[in-house]
Amino acid sequence: MKPAPFDYVRAETIDEALATLANEGGEARIIAGGQSLMAMLNMRLAKPKTVVDIMRLKNLDRIEEKAGVVVVGAAVRQASLMGWPALPERLPLIALALPWTGHVQTRSRGTICGSIAHADPSAEMPLALIALGGEVHLRSARSRRRIAARDFFTGMMTTERADDELIEAVSFPVTPGRHCAFREVARRHGDFAIVACAAVATRDGVRLAVGGVADAPVARDWPRLDGSALDDALNAFAYDLDARDDIHATARYRRDLVRLIGRDLVREVCL
Amino acid sequence: MTRLPSDRRHPVCFRLNGRPVHGEAEPRLLATDFLRQNIGATGVHVGCEHGVCGACTITVDGMLTRACLTLAVQIDGCDVRTIEGLAPSADRLGTLQSAFRRHHALQCGFCTPGILMSLDHFLRQRASPNRAEIRELLSGHLCRCTGYTPIVEAALEVAADIAAECKSEKGEASDA
Repeated sequence: MKPAPFDYVRAETIDEALATLANEGGEARIIAGGQSLMAMLNMRLAKPKTVVDIMRLKNLDRIEEKAGVVVVGAAVRQASLMGWPALPERLPLIALALPWTGHVQTRSRGTICGSIAHADPSAEMPLALIALGGEVHLRSARSRRRIAARDFFTGMMTTERADDELIEAVSFPVTPGRHCAFREVARRHGDFAIVACAAVATRDGVRLAVGGVADAPVARDWPRLDGSALDDALNAFAYDLDARDDIHATARYRRDLVRLIGRDLVREVCL
Repeated sequence: MTRLPSDRRHPVCFRLNGRPVHGEAEPRLLATDFLRQNIGATGVHVGCEHGVCGACTITVDGMLTRACLTLAVQIDGCDVRTIEGLAPSADRLGTLQSAFRRHHALQCGFCTPGILMSLDHFLRQRASPNRAEIRELLSGHLCRCTGYTPIVEAALEVAADIAAECKSEKGEASDA
């Protein structure tokens, strides 16, 4: 339970961080809050040659609302976004989901972008990003690009991010006044979700996103549904998620939770 | 940009419970092992080493921090607080520690330093927390002896004491 040796780079500017990634590519890992990466290092699931710390960079710790989205920089800690006064009004879904992300003692250090970069299939922030239709802002020494959340998560802890790219920020579309709902089932509060669901009212219906079941969070859009039509849609969704048995829960239990929580949440936001 | 090579030890200077201290660490050394073995702060307990059990919880620059998810080189220049700084002197217990003793809020004591650090930090921010908030905070710690209830009782007692103190201070201020 001790990390393998690595060089530690303390970047002072974003260009330094990007240059290190460009030179060392897949051998380098970015560390921000460290709440996912450090555990990976300790268990030697990750053995990078270089760890690049970006927490001393200026301007990455900003939360800004512009053009209908809230842009959250790479150094914004989960606790900082939770304490952002406008959060409950501008991003009610995030306000509901963040208290489920880890514990007080990990949210104080962990970052929003770090959670998205880590892409744990049961994590709340990737789920919320998918549910809201957000974007990931990637930057490398050669280019900048934005990827829609639904295209970013490609599988279990794998993403579209190239080895030389840094997640500079993520953006969540603001949803003032729109109904949102979030619910999670875990063994204890703050543990990894067995199933987590987020629902957001859309212009002509509802979007339901499910985490903890497939290799990455998945969202589905429906028109306003109720009764047996809703049950059928949820049942089809639950089976499409390709749930598997593991030490925490059976596939069948997970499908049951998707149907049960999904129905409650869809009804809640369609009221 | 500073690059600290993996095969060498690097100076780490920081404040520990208000006192300047320094040591040397390889980049891969965890703050838990550094604080215990190089600095002598053995109140930082090493439990799960992946951020789950909470036994190593300290504060770094006022933020609750899992020392096992922190590199020693990351605390360079920081203000670090550990359980060693909680008591007013070596022969006296702090308020929270005394309440733990009165309520039997510890048995083996392994998880206690981390829990005390979390509660100390929390009670400084939150004037009169309720039972649910304390339980939510404690969800970030594992205790296999107490069943948590005595810990919650101790924390509530201290919170009530702090509230009463604030009230009487306010009363005195308005009298003057």
